[in-house]
Amino acid sequence: MTDGCGAPEQSAVVTGEDTGDQVVVAGKVTGGEGALGGAYVRLLNADGEFAGEVQASPEGDFRFYAAPGEWKVRALHRSGNGEATVDAAGPGLHQVTIAVA
Amino acid sequence: MSREDVLVTTQWAEENLNTPGVVFAEVDEDTTAYEGGHIPGAVRIDWKTELQDQVRRDFVDKAGFEKLLSAKGISNDDLVVLYGGNNNWFAAYAYWYFKLYGHDKVKLLDGGRKKWELDGRDLVKEVPDRPATDYKAADQDLSLRAFRDEVVDAINTKNLVDVRSPDEFSGKLLAPAHLPQESAQRAGHIPSALNVPWAQTANEDGTFKTADELKELYEEAGLDTSKATIAYCRIGERSSHTWFALHELMGLKDVKNYDGSWTEYGSLVGVPVETGSNGGN
Repeated sequence: MTDGCGAPEQSAVVTGEDTGDQVVVAGKVTGGEGALGGAYVRLLNADGEFAGEVQASPEGDFRFYAAPGEWKVRALHRSGNGEATVDAAGPGLHQVTIAVA
Repeated sequence: MSREDVLVTTQWAEENLNTPGVVFAEVDEDTTAYEGGHIPGAVRIDWKTELQDQVRRDFVDKAGFEKLLSAKGISNDDLVVLYGGNNNWFAAYAYWYFKLYGHDKVKLLDGGRKKWELDGRDLVKEVPDRPATDYKAADQDLSLRAFRDEVVDAINTKNLVDVRSPDEFSGKLLAPAHLPQESAQRAGHIPSALNVPWAQTANEDGTFKTADELKELYEEAGLDTSKATIAYCRIGERSSHTWFALHELMGLKDVKNYDGSWTEYGSLVGVPVETGSNGGN
């Protein structure tokens, strides 16, 4: 079991990655010049209720282990904010890109 | 107690980085954040290795806390400004912990590390060299800390506030959504608990909502402010954040943090557990 609450290191998704029975919402934050590192990425449910937050890796990667459902991911960065939605209906990898402007 | 008595803004912090008698401390579970850059002059407190006993599941004892703060160069008269990642979860835990051991001159940096970064303020890698002190702690103030038997007795008698996310409360998830869900305990919540996720007490930049906004939030959730309150989460750090909101910002008198939280309660044999989303009924 995980005895802490800090997020694991945020790593890039691998195409075809086996997530077992986990519903994984993962992807990349991008800015004007490609990948944007260090943004705070928030996972919000369909009602806008907060479910989790991670800080994207220097390469802009983020990852959540969610319950099945419709999710919004919102990125906050000193250069601006951005958001995107993703339908994570069941176990597996659900990829999403967030453009920050 | 006003907001200014317990919180400092990032602007105030930047203007007081070199003020004598003010010590900034970053508190995190993942200390690589500090190593990658921290507020100039800030010392590091490791939530996992320095605030937890490394054998028993408990805090370091009074002598251990005195040794820790002495080694960090923090004296009894210093104003300690705590901040950290995860929207100040671990910094709020440390704040509560400092209060528990009688250090009253302590404040939180409103918004924590996130707000500091979103403001575009400087972070440095240089580690300060503070001379050791001879710190003296008080005995733990147990009016701030709840243990499991009190929590079981509080069912349907005191306010129990479960500050985890709705999916953790209902039993769909065993941990926050940024963590793998491999935890082994039973899922659900303590019967009669209200679910008021910690995130509802904070703005998206990590700063706390105002006392009036908090009052409205808890009134709508059905909190009976004439009763004693116990807050819990999974390991006691998110509930420290809510303890701060209830006790320090709203000024409620009898509020305890149950640091054993769901990792303890959800593993107890024979206690009642409720699932589903209808807390407080």
